[in-house]
Amino acid sequence: MSDFPWQSAFEIREQVAAGKVTAVEVARAYLARAEALNPTLCCFVTIDHEGALAAAAQVDRMRGAGEALGALAGVPIAVKDNLCTRGVRTTCASKILGDYIPPYDAHVVQALRASGAVILGKTNLDEFAMGSSNENSAFAIVHNPWALDRAPGGSSGGSASATAAGLAPFALGSDTGGSVRQPAAFCGITAIKPTYGRVSRYGLVAFASSLDQVGPMARSVREAALLLEVVAGHDGRDATSAERETGSYLAACDRGVKGLRVGVVRDLIAGLQDQNVRVATESALSALEKEGATLVDVSLPHAKHAVSVYYLIATAEASSNLARFDGIRYGLRVPGDDLTETYMRTRAEGFGPEVRRRIMLGTYALSAGYYDAFYLKAQRVRTLIRRDYDRAFESCDVVCTPTTPTPAFALGEKTGDPLEMYLADIFTLPPSLAGLPAVSTPCGLSSGGLPIGIQLVAAPFEEELLCSVAQAVERECGLMGSRPPAIG
Amino acid sequence: MADPKITLEQVLHVAKLARLALSDEEARQMQAQLDAILGYMDGLGELDVSDVPPTFHSIPMDAPLRRDVPERCADRAETLAQAPASEAGGYAVPLVLEADG
Repeated sequence: MSDFPWQSAFEIREQVAAGKVTAVEVARAYLARAEALNPTLCCFVTIDHEGALAAAAQVDRMRGAGEALGALAGVPIAVKDNLCTRGVRTTCASKILGDYIPPYDAHVVQALRASGAVILGKTNLDEFAMGSSNENSAFAIVHNPWALDRAPGGSSGGSASATAAGLAPFALGSDTGGSVRQPAAFCGITAIKPTYGRVSRYGLVAFASSLDQVGPMARSVREAALLLEVVAGHDGRDATSAERETGSYLAACDRGVKGLRVGVVRDLIAGLQDQNVRVATESALSALEKEGATLVDVSLPHAKHAVSVYYLIATAEASSNLARFDGIRYGLRVPGDDLTETYMRTRAEGFGPEVRRRIMLGTYALSAGYYDAFYLKAQRVRTLIRRDYDRAFESCDVVCTPTTPTPAFALGEKTGDPLEMYLADIFTLPPSLAGLPAVSTPCGLSSGGLPIGIQLVAAPFEEELLCSVAQAVERECGLMGSRPPAIG
Repeated sequence: MADPKITLEQVLHVAKLARLALSDEEARQMQAQLDAILGYMDGLGELDVSDVPPTFHSIPMDAPLRRDVPERCADRAETLAQAPASEAGGYAVPLVLEADG
């Protein structure tokens, strides 16, 4: 295998299809690397040797028999551990699901299997995808391969760390308020949060149902585009799955940005405290202009309320969704004297501090006497945020901001103050609340050598536009083959 | 000092609604953290949105029903294998009604 472990998904598939290497050899090499580096990075909760080798052997058999190979034949992939995998433990990094083995596959997992992808294992996350640093995992804290004392971001921190460190060419994550984009920015990779409804949520353990989407995470825009093509599409098992044709995301990467209008949210960029992020964002914008895009100023006057709106709506939905964890049908049960006490003890022992905090906040926001003042008000302000984007898209094709206000913060830096952690999500929350597709792709390194990401947001179902613009950013100011220095 | 946004008493009430047991120490810490978060959320007060409709669904769509065709459902044994306790092909749950006699 040439260039292991940094070869692309395209190269791996090509080598497997041409018989230059077997899928089993590829799987063995990546499994060995995951085994070797997981004690340092803690990005996998479960490494599935048996399943990975069986899937790889199946690809080799099909090739031997001359059968047509899928788009990801023989390509290793890591899958976030809140996506159900039949027969393989799916924990959501929670004690309450510590031993849970789903009896079915998520839609996106079925799509991966059908494409010939080789699932290496399940990646670590903030418990139930609630967090921005991956420090809320019940099992282990994930480390950022660019600097081991830095957060990988969250909640898809395991998928981001694994991809950035060459433990897999790409991974699936899930994004509710930035959970693929923010870790992608922190770990120097690309991630796409599709339009709400673009990818089926069937088998994604629900956090906030009006916001959750599964998204691809990869070391290049092209690979993220390829993975999106594989997992997108209508699925009757998710009532919110859109009946839309899947786009040509890969082809869109080659379209360029000539004539496209890039909306720049000037006041947000001018307000950045972090000079590194500001400079990297400005230089990416200049590069896009040089490539033929037109920059136009736009504003999102209500974006500053996104943290309040999101942490009311998402927690309200979470408090309702997580009511199902009651110690009766699956997962942990801590018996009490009666049924109520069984519920209360099971949930107190099964959920970690952040999940409990969000259930409490959401229950409060929905409770009698507070519903109008908190939950309903948040849903009304959400409309204003949506209208901000509607107005912006009258004069531009994509809206650009940084993905995060700073590069990766230190592990432990924000754990003492939940509110401070929430405020770090300020740029990724508005498009989530509006249901819009968004991509984060690297646009440079800080003076301290940490990756910086730029976020591009488009109108509903315009993921192709995101691929065109992100590819131009990657070409002009991507990380150009820089590797995370903290791992071998 | 201004009145807290949420009192300890309210925290204990919400914990009961959410079926979460909290120790005294946990309840005090929860009160302080929720108070800070709700204090920040007071910022929404500057907006008059009484005329703005809520957005419960960000992307307008119908909720179509899937075609009514029979499908195999999950395997009972495989599903029950995940239960903390099962009996006679069903979930075994704590007694909720007193047995009569």
